[in-house]
Amino acid sequence: MSELDLRELNNTEFPVPADMQGNVAITSLSKLYNWSRRSSLWPMLFGLACCAIEMIATAAARYDFSRFGMEVMRASPRQSDLMIVSGTVTKKMVVPIVRLYNQMPEPKYVLAMGACASGGGPFKEGYNVVSGIDKYLPVDVYVPGCPPTPQALIYGMIALQKKIDGQSLANMDDVPWYGVGPAEPAPVPILGPDIIDPRQMDLIRRQAEMAAAGKSFAVRALPEPIKVEKAAPKAAAAKAAVAATDDPAKAERLRKREEALARKRAAQGQNAPAAEAAGEAPTPAQAAPVAEAAPSEQGGKPKFDKEAMMAKIRAKKANKG
Amino acid sequence: MTDNAVVEQTDTNAAIAVLKEKFPDAVQDDTREGYKGIIVDKNKLVEVATAIRDELGFDYLSSATGVDYLGIGDHLEMVYHAYSTSGGPALVFKAQTLRDNAEIPSLIDVWPGADFQEREAWDLMGIRFSGHPNLKRILLWEGFNGHPLRKDWKEAYYEQDHKPFDSRWPGGHVFRAEERNVYGKNVAYPDDLDLSTLTDVSEESIYSGMGLGVSVQNLGNSEHLQTDRLIVNMGPHHPSTHGVFRMVVSLNGETIESLEPVMGYLHRNHEKIGERNTFLHNMPFTDRLDYISSMGNNHGYALAVEQLLSQGARWTPPTYRAEAIRVLMVELTRIVNHLWAIGFLLNDLGAFFTPALYAIAERERILDFFEATAGSRMMCNYMRFGGVFKDIPERIKSVANLVNDMVRDFNTMDYLTELINERLPRAVDELDQFLTDSEIIRTRTVGVGYLPPEMAIAYSAAGPLLRASGVPYDIRRADPYSIYPELDFDVAVRYNGDIYDRYLIRLDEVRESIRILKQILPRLERTHGENVFGPKQHTPRVPLGEAYGRVENPKGELGYYVVSAGDEKGPQNPWRYHVRAPSFINLTALGEMCKGHKVADVVAILGSIDIVLGETDR
Amino acid sequence: MYGKGIAKGLFVTFKHFFNTYVDDIRYAGRKYLHQENFEVRQGLRPNGGAYTVMYPEEKIAVPERFRFIPFLVVEDADHPERPGEDWCTSCGICAKVCPPQCIWIVRGTNPETGRPVPQPDAFYIDTDICMNCGFCAEFCPFDAIKMDHDYEMASYDRTAVHIYDKKRLSKPVSYWKTIAPTTALEEAVGRGQWEHNDIAKVLKKAGQPTTAPTIENMWLKPEPLAETKAPEPAAPQAMPAKKAAPSANKPAETTAASGDKKPKFDKQAMLAKIREKKANKE
Ligand code: SF4
Ligand code: SF4
Ligand code: SF4
Repeated sequence: MSELDLRELNNTEFPVPADMQGNVAITSLSKLYNWSRRSSLWPMLFGLACCAIEMIATAAARYDFSRFGMEVMRASPRQSDLMIVSGTVTKKMVVPIVRLYNQMPEPKYVLAMGACASGGGPFKEGYNVVSGIDKYLPVDVYVPGCPPTPQALIYGMIALQKKIDGQSLANMDDVPWYGVGPAEPAPVPILGPDIIDPRQMDLIRRQAEMAAAGKSFAVRALPEPIKVEKAAPKAAAAKAAVAATDDPAKAERLRKREEALARKRAAQGQNAPAAEAAGEAPTPAQAAPVAEAAPSEQGGKPKFDKEAMMAKIRAKKANKG
Repeated sequence: MTDNAVVEQTDTNAAIAVLKEKFPDAVQDDTREGYKGIIVDKNKLVEVATAIRDELGFDYLSSATGVDYLGIGDHLEMVYHAYSTSGGPALVFKAQTLRDNAEIPSLIDVWPGADFQEREAWDLMGIRFSGHPNLKRILLWEGFNGHPLRKDWKEAYYEQDHKPFDSRWPGGHVFRAEERNVYGKNVAYPDDLDLSTLTDVSEESIYSGMGLGVSVQNLGNSEHLQTDRLIVNMGPHHPSTHGVFRMVVSLNGETIESLEPVMGYLHRNHEKIGERNTFLHNMPFTDRLDYISSMGNNHGYALAVEQLLSQGARWTPPTYRAEAIRVLMVELTRIVNHLWAIGFLLNDLGAFFTPALYAIAERERILDFFEATAGSRMMCNYMRFGGVFKDIPERIKSVANLVNDMVRDFNTMDYLTELINERLPRAVDELDQFLTDSEIIRTRTVGVGYLPPEMAIAYSAAGPLLRASGVPYDIRRADPYSIYPELDFDVAVRYNGDIYDRYLIRLDEVRESIRILKQILPRLERTHGENVFGPKQHTPRVPLGEAYGRVENPKGELGYYVVSAGDEKGPQNPWRYHVRAPSFINLTALGEMCKGHKVADVVAILGSIDIVLGETDR
Repeated sequence: MYGKGIAKGLFVTFKHFFNTYVDDIRYAGRKYLHQENFEVRQGLRPNGGAYTVMYPEEKIAVPERFRFIPFLVVEDADHPERPGEDWCTSCGICAKVCPPQCIWIVRGTNPETGRPVPQPDAFYIDTDICMNCGFCAEFCPFDAIKMDHDYEMASYDRTAVHIYDKKRLSKPVSYWKTIAPTTALEEAVGRGQWEHNDIAKVLKKAGQPTTAPTIENMWLKPEPLAETKAPEPAAPQAMPAKKAAPSANKPAETTAASGDKKPKFDKQAMLAKIREKKANKE
């Protein structure tokens, strides 16, 4: 992909006949690319926990995923296209995993196998468990289950192949490797007193300053679960109620939360517009902060209102396009 | 090559009397309700332990673990379970220390097998072991903040001390735990965190025990390297470490000078979560310990809690049929595990995947039965306190539900009969024919990774690893449980203690298991229709006390140390839930076994121990 | 002789190799997608033929007790009295026995009296935490939550779909009878009738017989309660009244949920949706 900048293909300067500018070449090239990629997805030979056993069973005689061109599992990241995160990701292990991911050549795909890799799984509450590999790496396909049966895993792999089929050279934002220049490596986390994500350094520093200034920000004593009332029209009333709440403890808690959220919004510049938009929307007063609290794209959106969610996602995508 | 183990009961009470006489000031009875054994003054611990080993014949340290009695006496306690390799019950002895500056003398000189267990207690419980040569964190990384198993240590997602959580019902408004954390991740930093001085010491510390004299991380800076030794890291991502296990090997040429296992890459906080769970909640979590033999894990845990429950008033022990089904499941699991182990040992030897494929194909046949009976191929979650989940079904029958579903329909007893009488014996014979005489395998394995019997005992090795060294110690015979006493089988034992014998003993054990299974079949026919699970109770009242339930799991002795101590809600949750994991403790001897061999043998030796990381790291 | 052991081993390999062609000969090339041969291939016989399952074209149907993600049992859409109503009484047992605590239940309340009613207002399962242990199904006293058999549920985005709400969890009782006929029968025998316990109480009050469960009447449609409407108002207290309250208050909502929004067992619809989503993306 080096000599020919593929963006050129979309350029008018590229000698495409006028009547062919409906990018015929691009479409078929994408197809060829996609076909070859989807048909030779080499997974990395790398298992994390119980799910890995099912992954091996999937590779064995009965389910045999070499039927899909995943013939060889490569032990070296340099030779593999697909990272099947098969099991619980611990804080200690996520460091090597991110390194391995960075060592994989593009195009590379990540499949989160099982509840643990998707979102923490049964061990999520544990102190050494990462709540989903998508906190550190971009994930293409999630396969739920604990463990997913081999057939469920193959279903996920077919889903991945379908996703690859949908990728296009024309859509350079869709996949990083169609862009120009080298891709950004995923930042490798650091093992300090707890795992530290380099992307969160600023936030951590600010929290530490708060603590030093005596305003101990008790991380563990965050507010109670946020209640989402079914009745949306009551929002205004609820907002008023919050403002006028006469329970000092509660008011204090709310104030603190607002503060925290404001800080977070500031820390995550890129999220701010979305968050503000959400704040203005006439959602229930108590629900809005949750939406904003979304700590990462993947992480924290509340699941209460799926339709709204989907609408939002679609809107975002539309904006992007 | 089998022997009947000599079962000669050692009298625990007599032993305690002898100890009391010998150390009148240092030894006391443990008089707490439901507790057994003795409490030893920690200053005399080493002497008492030596006497226990040498004079009383309890030569095998099975388990050593810490308990934090915050709020009940406010001390930390180390609990040791010593057994005699000639059979019989445990001698339980304990040593107590204050929670601040907790320190207890190390028993590593008496039993080298205490090595990793003490490091674990330091890591998770914060007990310092004076005299331990290499007291580093083992499951977490050096620099981690705090000792998580202390009762007052709370994790980032901490919600409540005990399950069930109040936020789930009746006002269960869903949230994700990360939504309630400022960082959006499962992290919490200490208030005094200073990013400017932050250093990642987790790697450096791993090499500190290797005696290198140089800083490995700064090797690039040192111009004249005064060493011709080579440090090789194998893992945590390595195809033949059976998961996320890591070994730091120091090589002289191709020869191994020292090897240090590094683990914790799959430390899932099993024990911390287990203390928050109710007793029943832990059952499906045990599946995820040794995830290849979940039935065996279930059995051990059920036995431990049943020991406690049997002290209570309303207790109905499992029926005979339930016991028979348990043994059926456990022995099938043993076959599954050994097939897997043999397949992957051969993988490690370089026979990439063909033997494993054949072994897995047989395993799948057993898993079909598990799936039809327990509901899941791997995570069986089948045993309950006082029985099993459900009787075996009449038919192994599937129902078409999805597009293109193909159904099967077998009569379960016919399936089992054919499986046990024909399919499995044939499969073992075939594996035997396939591998045993192969010259390549013999060259790679005979005489490699030798573990002498005395050392195997001293290092608390268990299971096939111990028995391949000529110690006929099998809990099914040495300290029998369930209906094993009435079953006719031999304890497999081999005497050369090398990889080849560890391979052979697994074949032997599969054959013995088939022999047991053949005796189970008529028992199942006979008890047809009997109830298998008494009153369905999800939160049984568990009497106060401690229990140590152990079973001969395929990988070795699997023990559960469970303490039930009252709190304001009544004892519904274990106060302490510790797993004596054979994979973890068997690794203690790995370094010794590898010394002097070539680097290519390391993977084979590791493969012959047969570890599973879910259990090693918990 | 050196090499004899290897030769013996290779002979085994050859046998396995040959075995994969056995059923090509036996069935003249039709070894896959062949119901009769499937049982042989997946069975215990020696020389059973190729063991590989050609997954998307042929799938191994899962046994009855198979457990994956739980689902909530609701009344069939064509139930004469309470189409699409929950079996769940929001008693909270399942949330208590769930080991990783991934069930969230909002107990229903009567908006007028503020008293709890035996119906959940909201029911969530976080499938990213659920360990498929089956305790919820095992200990539910009303047989209202069961383990599903549909494992084909990979997704591209977990934030949008991995916390299942009540709508997504609900599947009709006839679905449960289809995927697990024997177990459903066993449970019905345990309850004493095919109907939900609450219905049975109502029926008994009304002096109507319940259906004693047998294999034969498994698929009998429940009789409408119409002619017994008379005694019901006469006995305004207890169960009937309680049951009537929620359904009277939000009939539109319930039917909307169960009727046109259809519980998620319809895979075709789901696939269509996914496809549509993908189309939108492009
Ligand atoms: S999802 Fe379940 S089976 Fe998979 S790694 Fe996690 S606990 Fe193990
Ligand atoms: S146990 Fe059954 S009835 Fe009770 S809340 Fe759960 S699903 Fe509903
Ligand atoms: S299957 Fe187990 S983990 Fe999942 S919701 Fe039910 S009880 Fe909870």
